[in-house]
Amino acid sequence: MSVQHSAAAHIHRDDVASRMGMWLFLFTELLLFGGMFILYSVYRFTHPNEFHLAAKELNTVIGTFNTAILLTSSLTMALSIAAIQRKQKSLSIIFQLLTIVLALGFMVNKYFEWGAKFHHGIYPGSDTLLSKPSGEILFFGLYYVMTGLHGLHVIIGVVIIAFMTAFTMKDVITHDNYVKLEAAGLYWHLVDIIWIFLFPLFYLIT
Amino acid sequence: MSNENILSNNGNDVSYLEYKGKHTGIWGWLLSTDHKRIGLLYLISLTIFLIVGVVFGFLMRLELLTPGRTIMDPQTYNSIFTLHGVIMIFLFVVPGLPAVFGNFFLPILIGARDVAFPRLNLLSWYLYAIGGILAIISILIPGGPADTGWTFYIPYSVRTNTNVIPALFAAFILGFSSILTGLNFVTTVHRMRAPGMEWFKMPLSVWSLYATAWVQVLATPIIGITLLLVGIERIFGVGLFDPALGGDPVLYQHLFWIYSHPAVYIMILPAMGVVSEIIPVFAHRTIFGYKFIAMSSIAIALFGSLVWAHHMFTAGMSDTGQLIFSLLTMIVAIPSAIKVFNWVATLYKGSIDLQPPMLYVLAFIFQFSIGGLTGVMQGVLSVDIQVHDTSFIVAHFHYVMFGGTGFGFFAALHYWFPKMFGKMYNINLAKKVFWALFVGFNTLYFPMFIMGWLGMPRRYYDYLPEYQIYHVISTIGSWILVPALFLMFGNLIYALFKGAKVTEKNIWGGETLEWQIATPPVHENFIDIPVVTESPYQYKDNELVLQTQEAK
Repeated sequence: MSVQHSAAAHIHRDDVASRMGMWLFLFTELLLFGGMFILYSVYRFTHPNEFHLAAKELNTVIGTFNTAILLTSSLTMALSIAAIQRKQKSLSIIFQLLTIVLALGFMVNKYFEWGAKFHHGIYPGSDTLLSKPSGEILFFGLYYVMTGLHGLHVIIGVVIIAFMTAFTMKDVITHDNYVKLEAAGLYWHLVDIIWIFLFPLFYLIT
Repeated sequence: MSNENILSNNGNDVSYLEYKGKHTGIWGWLLSTDHKRIGLLYLISLTIFLIVGVVFGFLMRLELLTPGRTIMDPQTYNSIFTLHGVIMIFLFVVPGLPAVFGNFFLPILIGARDVAFPRLNLLSWYLYAIGGILAIISILIPGGPADTGWTFYIPYSVRTNTNVIPALFAAFILGFSSILTGLNFVTTVHRMRAPGMEWFKMPLSVWSLYATAWVQVLATPIIGITLLLVGIERIFGVGLFDPALGGDPVLYQHLFWIYSHPAVYIMILPAMGVVSEIIPVFAHRTIFGYKFIAMSSIAIALFGSLVWAHHMFTAGMSDTGQLIFSLLTMIVAIPSAIKVFNWVATLYKGSIDLQPPMLYVLAFIFQFSIGGLTGVMQGVLSVDIQVHDTSFIVAHFHYVMFGGTGFGFFAALHYWFPKMFGKMYNINLAKKVFWALFVGFNTLYFPMFIMGWLGMPRRYYDYLPEYQIYHVISTIGSWILVPALFLMFGNLIYALFKGAKVTEKNIWGGETLEWQIATPPVHENFIDIPVVTESPYQYKDNELVLQTQEAK
């Protein structure tokens, strides 16, 4: 646990601190979603039948496909870190780009999924939705807000990983200084893990 | 994280105020990652918002001088109490001590050259500034300022046509700024302590800032998502809280208070730290019960996070829930009381020097005790039904937040001012101003306890004639308090330009590390990182025992 102080130039680099800061930030993200998971639990408890009916309208196939995509992207992210540790710069860049492509694929699926719902007139404030019982309004309200906020995190993740790719190309991220890439990876796994909870809650439990 | 604007040792011969880095002029401040300069940026912006908040509060008091209309219409009154709350809570007391004095002194107190993430620290200030600007925008744009109260309770906050959205996003962004500061401080305390500074050798204000930082990190995201959901609810009509669409407004209240109750500990804990710091210096006594004070900060942070529903005893909750939250509320009083007893025990047999910081600290103990004990009264279920939503609550809250945190802020300002700027204010004037503040404060808020007990509701524009006498006394109090506040700031600002120069390192006779470096500090704080061998606060026969500090 030694802090690397260099007395002459005072350049301070502490990877343990950087990782710690990132983990703390991930806690805050978990709590951010935690507020919505509380809402979900309470409303599921008070409206079990309506949640059951509403969940049947979601497309499990697209959901499963997207889960597979996101899990694979976590793998490629982890591989890109493993590659940079082994001084394989171009391999790391390829894996990072692959992660971005998978993330974009997830968003494209999401677009079609939401689009189909909109087409059927199921979106917040629509007449079709408002004519349904309140439990279903709540279910779709939570569905749009939670997957929407998750989607926003996916987009932010894409931007972050794009920056990491640029950093790797410019040798800002190297085999002995890759804490930035590691932090981006942690963030990406968080995005993944939140989806792993969203998927069963909305698609599988009916 | 590298601190790139440091090239060589050139930061060690001039003070941080004169230091020239990569950027010069105004950019030397706005782009500086020096924790001391960021602390001052916060000090300036917080003071501006404090003054705005004070003016709104003053106008509210003036309106309540007579029943019915005095100076403004009811809608304006609603907006003004909302703005007073939003500005004072989110822009002044929550950032308050951690952002100003935490930024400036936390690294120095633990013997570090900066916080763990200097650039993130600057980003926090920018987020604060953006939040502040959004709050101002919500006042100025057409539609009228928000009139929901600072609590944004649903369903009214979804129905009103005023500018709730900018106010919500202001609070959201300010929350983000607070999270980043907390994250930075937790990491700093874990990773940046000087060699030899074990956990139980840390100054007590570091303990309280550390406990605060955890609450900032763990509680603030909940308000973030809650306020975001209210915004989404307003824009898209999602219905998660709106009872018309099946949502549950009581759930909103739960989520709101899950943050907003711990938030009051974010506000008070750093002030308690300052009190623990100042008392030994001016009583010339070793702090009594160091470990108890340190651990009670952690206990307050822990239990304080589990009491939120006591804001909702009358909102509809099971009896079991009420009993649990009532019990937990009383438990929080224990660590707070431990602190008060230890402070008083430190004063016993001390040689007390009533300098301005000490006066503010003594007022803190007095006012915080009143505020804290009335808080326990409200935790009693039967009493709460009587006093809920009356001005008794307003009095309690202001005794804790203004009489406590506010006075703690002023204590810190008077204590560290000479160290921060190398200038001394007029001490005699500062003492006189203190007494005016003390009298004004108690005249303003104490009558609220009485009229609240008698049934005066809070946030009401109009009232029955029998309450007028209390309102008149209270408003007279504001006429003493507000000029005294301006005089206090006047004294300090005058000292900035014309005050006597201070170059002495240890002007008050303190033992923590900030008193062993140059006044004002150099850019890098420490030329050599100190090695800490002793606990802080060691006095023998009312004399300071100088801590042995070896240069590395």
